[in-house]
Amino acid sequence: MYSFTRLISKRNTAVLLAGLGAGTAGFLLSENSSLAAEAKKKLYPPSSDYPDLRKHNNCMASALTPAIYAKLRDKVTPNNWTLDQCIQTGVDNPGHPFIKTVGCVAGDEESYEVFAELFDPVIKDRHNGYDPRVMKHPTDLDASKITHGMFDENYVLSSRVRTGRSIRGLSLPPACSRAERREVERVAVTALAGLKGDLAGRYYSLGDMTDKEQQQLIDDHFLFDKPVSPLLTCAFMARDWPDARGIWHNNDKTFLIWVNEEDHTRVISMEKGGNMKRVFERFCNGLKQVEHLIQERGWEFMWNERLGYILTCPSNLGTGLRAGVHVRLPKLSKDPRFSKILDNLRLQKRGTGGVDTAATGDTFDISNLDRLGKSEVELVQLVVDGVNYLIECEKRLEKGQDIKIPSPIVQFRK
Amino acid sequence: MTKNCHNDYKMKFSVDDEFPDLTKHNNHMAKALTKEIYAKLRSKSTPSGFTVDDVIQTGVDNPGHPFIMTVGCVAGDEESYEVFKDLLDPVISDRHGGYKPTDKHKTDLNFENLKGGDDLDPNYVLSSRVRTGRSIKGFTLPPHNSRGERRAIQNLSIEALSSLEGEFKGKYYPLDGMTDAEQEQLIADHFLFDKPVSPLLTCAGMARDWPDARGIWHNDNKTFLVWVNEEDHLRVISMQKGGNMKEVFRRFCVGLQKIEEIFKKHNHGFMWNEHLGYILTCPSNLGTGLRGGVHVKLPKLSTHPKFEEILTRLRLQKRGTGGVDTASVGGVFDISNADRLGSSEVEQVQLVVDGVKLMVEMEKKLEKGESIDGMIPAQK
Repeated sequence: MYSFTRLISKRNTAVLLAGLGAGTAGFLLSENSSLAAEAKKKLYPPSSDYPDLRKHNNCMASALTPAIYAKLRDKVTPNNWTLDQCIQTGVDNPGHPFIKTVGCVAGDEESYEVFAELFDPVIKDRHNGYDPRVMKHPTDLDASKITHGMFDENYVLSSRVRTGRSIRGLSLPPACSRAERREVERVAVTALAGLKGDLAGRYYSLGDMTDKEQQQLIDDHFLFDKPVSPLLTCAFMARDWPDARGIWHNNDKTFLIWVNEEDHTRVISMEKGGNMKRVFERFCNGLKQVEHLIQERGWEFMWNERLGYILTCPSNLGTGLRAGVHVRLPKLSKDPRFSKILDNLRLQKRGTGGVDTAATGDTFDISNLDRLGKSEVELVQLVVDGVNYLIECEKRLEKGQDIKIPSPIVQFRK
Repeated sequence: MTKNCHNDYKMKFSVDDEFPDLTKHNNHMAKALTKEIYAKLRSKSTPSGFTVDDVIQTGVDNPGHPFIMTVGCVAGDEESYEVFKDLLDPVISDRHGGYKPTDKHKTDLNFENLKGGDDLDPNYVLSSRVRTGRSIKGFTLPPHNSRGERRAIQNLSIEALSSLEGEFKGKYYPLDGMTDAEQEQLIADHFLFDKPVSPLLTCAGMARDWPDARGIWHNDNKTFLVWVNEEDHLRVISMQKGGNMKEVFRRFCVGLQKIEEIFKKHNHGFMWNEHLGYILTCPSNLGTGLRGGVHVKLPKLSTHPKFEEILTRLRLQKRGTGGVDTASVGGVFDISNADRLGSSEVEQVQLVVDGVKLMVEMEKKLEKGESIDGMIPAQK
């Protein structure tokens, strides 16, 4: 701690600045006004701004060394998005000893390049060793390749596949201005209006829907609401709510798009019952058609071969895909080997309310753990094979037979 | 922190595309912000990079309430009130009773100018308190400041407060460094402030990096308290049980002036100008930033049909005993001055002292079953 008695006259401004951790004199400090942004950068070296992450447990906190922060703090993406903005959510949400959150978001496609020195280790940590510097991500949306994709409906109550897509050229939800967000909505809604047949549907703007429409969407479990999770609000994703947010779904209520929630678009295909193959077919078909429709107007999805589909949260890179079922497993879920079986199958369980909910009764939401490094077809097949295996185990336990823990699935195609 | 600072990038979109949808909004910002004003201001930013979108974000995100008119905008630095005056002047006028851009604000922290205030009946007046805020020149404000700035503010504040002596001698408790025992004590004393949960504050970016560089200082007597880096750089509070508002105000004025001297010596005086008085984050706190009030038992008067009218005429407001947006418990109300800008500290505290004295007399009359019609005051 420096002594205030040395800081009495303007002559000693340099000492004051040194005491604050700044460099030496030669730049503008007027006590009469705020510092210009440039002067501020010099007066406050990166070390003075480095966040206190000692109590933090998230991927960003694990990866962000003072050296990386110093290197990246003053950089900006072409949209003027900064490192501090990427990491704000991780600084504000120290995390949980048992659950490791990601702790950083992208503001635009370029964030993953400009701040690669932070995002690459975060990606590696989150995606089980996937190294974006040397590996390539495979994309495969050919649903015909799926085998055994029809589950026993005595056990599987519903099937669902979701992903996200970002519109290239527009900033992501943490960074977008109102005009950009409205443009995303226009691009998406215009494209969706071109869908026909079993995909034909309509759009419900969050701000404009009638009470009746709102109730119907709630009853259908389609409505999303303003984010309350501080993981999202601290990442600036709830700004201007509900401006330019909405829900589109087809008349059959099996294909649903969320516009401007946590990503530009979230695409969901779902059905009651166990026909995962058909769910995935509709998913791929719908995605391809939407992509074609936006391309007709000169737009495209954010994608590259290093990271696959670009989404706001690094955890959703690659396929951004979560394929899952609601499945009854009364006996298996009580078996002590259940968690290990899921681990080896690269599956995760959630409650039937989705992420961070508990299971009700014996029904679980079972889905793929991985997103990046395996293609959509690979991940859906993995879920199909895995869920079939779980049902087999359940049936065996019903008959009093023993079950086996399967060998762990190989991580990446080398 | 340059949150909305991709200003140049946004200029490629039209005003219509960027203008917020305020059709369902009820706050001062939404009333004042026309497309013309937005068009004029959206290319500007303060020297530190704060933009009009940063100013209004909290008001866009919080449409407000049909009955309660919130402000809906904040300053990111001292210059915000200049650069964005086309928006903030009408907001200030609306919030502060028609205050004009040419008006001058009077500052009077001479506690000797307060008449009375030492004889409020302690059977009714349970406690007395005066608070204000102060911003430190040369730093940006809580919606905008970086971790480096916030820490510098904390360091300066600690040095200034540590040099206080006598009745002001005390200790600083950083929010992220206190022991469990210290935290328990601060809670028991009703001193501890917590991370803001109100979306009015969080949407304005004030809770970023919590609890980094936040803390509480109080004197050993527990009658003078300073919050560092909550909604303003400093919030200064003088308080004690009972009705001796004169003493509370004396301590308030003396303490503030001592602190200000120290900051001034180090070229970081308080933000102040003769038009807006003390500059604070929220336009509602400009001027004196002062809320002087008491917790007072008024079970009969508070149910009298003319209660609200009496308060309005006395230029006072009521709150529950939990502070803003709480309900009264057991007929005990928090009664304080309604004005902040356009009258001095002494004038505002005088209104509280005189007004509360009158209301206690009214309460006593109502207890005896007598009428108070003859006591209803004229509009102050």
